[in-house]
Amino acid sequence: MADVITFHDDVASEEPAVSVDCFAGQTNATAVRIEPGEDARVLLPDLGRLSLVEVNFPAFGDGRGYSAARILREAGYKGELRAVGDVLADHIPLMRRCGFDSFAPRAPVDPAVLEATLARYPEVYQKVAESERPIWSLRHG
Amino acid sequence: MYVYDKYDQAMVDARVADFRDQTRRRLSGELTEEQFRPLRLMNGLYLQLHAYMLRVAIPYGTLSGRQMKMLAHIARKYDKDYGHFTTRQNIQYNWIKLEDAPDILADLASVEMHAIQTSGNCIRNISSDQYAGVAADEVADPRPWAELLRQWSSFHPEFSYLPRKFKICVIASAEDRAAMRLHDIGIELVERDGVIGAKVFAGGGMGRTPIVGPEIKDFVAEDEIISYVEACLRVYNRYGRRDNKYKARIKILVSELGVEEYKRQVEEEWAHMKTLGIDPPTAELDRIRAHFVDPAYETGLSDAIDRSDPDFALWVDSQVVAHKQPGYAIVNISLKPLAGIPGDASSAQIDLIADIAEKYSFDELRVTHAQNIVLASVKKADLYTIWQQLHDAGLGEANLDLVTDIIACPGLDYCSLANARSIPVAQKIAQRFADPVKQRDIGELKLKISGCINACGHHHAGHIGILGVDRKGTENYQLLLGGSGAEDASLGKIVGPGFDEDGIVDAVEKATDVYLAQRQTGERFLDTYRRIGMNPFKEAIYG
Amino acid sequence: MIVATGNDLGSGDVIWWTGSGWSRHIGEAVDVGTDGEALIEREAAARRVNVAYLVEADATPDGPLPHHIKERIRASGPTVRADLAVNTDIPIVKA
Repeated sequence: MADVITFHDDVASEEPAVSVDCFAGQTNATAVRIEPGEDARVLLPDLGRLSLVEVNFPAFGDGRGYSAARILREAGYKGELRAVGDVLADHIPLMRRCGFDSFAPRAPVDPAVLEATLARYPEVYQKVAESERPIWSLRHG
Repeated sequence: MYVYDKYDQAMVDARVADFRDQTRRRLSGELTEEQFRPLRLMNGLYLQLHAYMLRVAIPYGTLSGRQMKMLAHIARKYDKDYGHFTTRQNIQYNWIKLEDAPDILADLASVEMHAIQTSGNCIRNISSDQYAGVAADEVADPRPWAELLRQWSSFHPEFSYLPRKFKICVIASAEDRAAMRLHDIGIELVERDGVIGAKVFAGGGMGRTPIVGPEIKDFVAEDEIISYVEACLRVYNRYGRRDNKYKARIKILVSELGVEEYKRQVEEEWAHMKTLGIDPPTAELDRIRAHFVDPAYETGLSDAIDRSDPDFALWVDSQVVAHKQPGYAIVNISLKPLAGIPGDASSAQIDLIADIAEKYSFDELRVTHAQNIVLASVKKADLYTIWQQLHDAGLGEANLDLVTDIIACPGLDYCSLANARSIPVAQKIAQRFADPVKQRDIGELKLKISGCINACGHHHAGHIGILGVDRKGTENYQLLLGGSGAEDASLGKIVGPGFDEDGIVDAVEKATDVYLAQRQTGERFLDTYRRIGMNPFKEAIYG
Repeated sequence: MIVATGNDLGSGDVIWWTGSGWSRHIGEAVDVGTDGEALIEREAAARRVNVAYLVEADATPDGPLPHHIKERIRASGPTVRADLAVNTDIPIVKA
């Protein structure tokens, strides 16, 4: 697996992530991995003790992880939120908007391509991330 | 119509640069085809039976003369001099080179056009009523809402990898001219106590499992429609099936959960989403609405039409529809010439239509889901001149909603998904019913042909529908009767065993013979079918 | 016989394996026998073909005639636009 790309304030966590099922029973676990079919909302009561949530993308065409990420951020999760698996440079800007701040792609990502992709769109049409100022907001001040 | 501001222009320009780089990486091998495929699909670029095919978006079917001329330019410069208007109000080019695609997108961006999300498992072109803004029966122009939704759906990061494609339609009248009930989300603008809001339907669609979409919300205010639709999409993204491509549309989710449970989940998500500040202020919809005000109609115009030319009179009777403004008319341009290909237009024809729009129709055109073109606002005094020009260019067919106004998908002649050809069947049927007297006698008869079960020809919604199938390597055609894409939405029923190409044409004729023999005063084909049922047709066709 | 086909990556043109390269004319296509899968994998990896696959065909004096109607239309061009045909000699409907 390639390196972790991180935009998170702290250093990327190296804590092994347990499954959602295991996390429920382990009161000292601080890292969990969500699979596509799992409901991110089951983690909501325990967000305070989580420092890393991994969201698995076994195939990039399965976009459930994007909703999982947003749900966690909307609930106030401030820890590291990592997209793992079938992640291309082209997906990373979308994932960042949904709240992911670190990435563990299965295949290496060309840093030049990633940099160009991240810089490409000047604005956004929708308010997705809390910090975003969508175009309609820019229009009406 | 809507005009981009600097933000809109910057977004389409960025998209061009984005796709140019993705194409470069595909051609150099940095991206495999598997990785590139969803990316090119989200820019409307398919790999089709003969070549790459590009589907250009025509948002809610509205465009200007300048944009229409760019479509003609693209056909000439990059394709084989023609384009195909589709059942979702878009245009398709069948002979595109991948190497040219970034330049084509750049040319489109120069006239505020794009191919964003015209394919892929994402939110597609928002469709609307082709008479929006000029119909007397609408409560408001639906297109500002469609434009608001278009921007909201463009590059939406949460909904770029849905279980399947997602199609939204917005209308604003009780009469459904856009098959709204057969969309993943359908919106009908309604008025309650002087306020315009959205009645929302969800889970409609055609394809393998056709369903008329049930109502899920009686009224959503204009300053909440975005969060409401977002809640609908989130529930779908999370719970739509991903195990089976043929069960992945929202219609399956709604029918498997049941409407009440789907509604409940949406309400729950919406209660949460309403708190997130994702709804634009009403000032944004007002800003968009300002682009859709009435043009400077002249007043005191004559409503008289000189009908002394009998061919012109026939054309007026079929193609010209009442406009809300006295002295004006709505003109339907048929792209169904009897010997032609339904929905196809040459670059010269496209240019001519653009010229006519600029000169005679306040520079505005519409594409209909029936694959025809509309000039929204024409002075009655100009009708004759327009007709002459259309007639000379092979665009003067007088067959709106008649049996030769056929909706046909490209079929096996162009599409790698198809099981059978649809265009030759359409041509043979048009030939069989060529007699204009006979066509008029039959009256309204919406005939729709699909070359496979994906139903891009909307055959389930045809008064007469034809479905092409593959029967042991041979093309075979099933006949359906009684479908409707209007507000009285219904799904066609299969009559019996299928036919070969000549057989299906005979079967269609026999069906119309039954109608002519059995109809009561004022009944269309569909009405007679609904009254007398399937059996008389079955007996006549199968003997 | 089995022929190999695909699309030219940059242009999208339908192409057929001739034994030494890729041609736009099915008449030049050869029988790839049992080596088809390995061949198309190699050629696709080198980007000399895109989305390649194998097609069953009958050998005829005029060249390979694909069994399935879809492949015959693909080899000949849209039947409703003879002016755009790549190869009008291919019979579409089996006699």
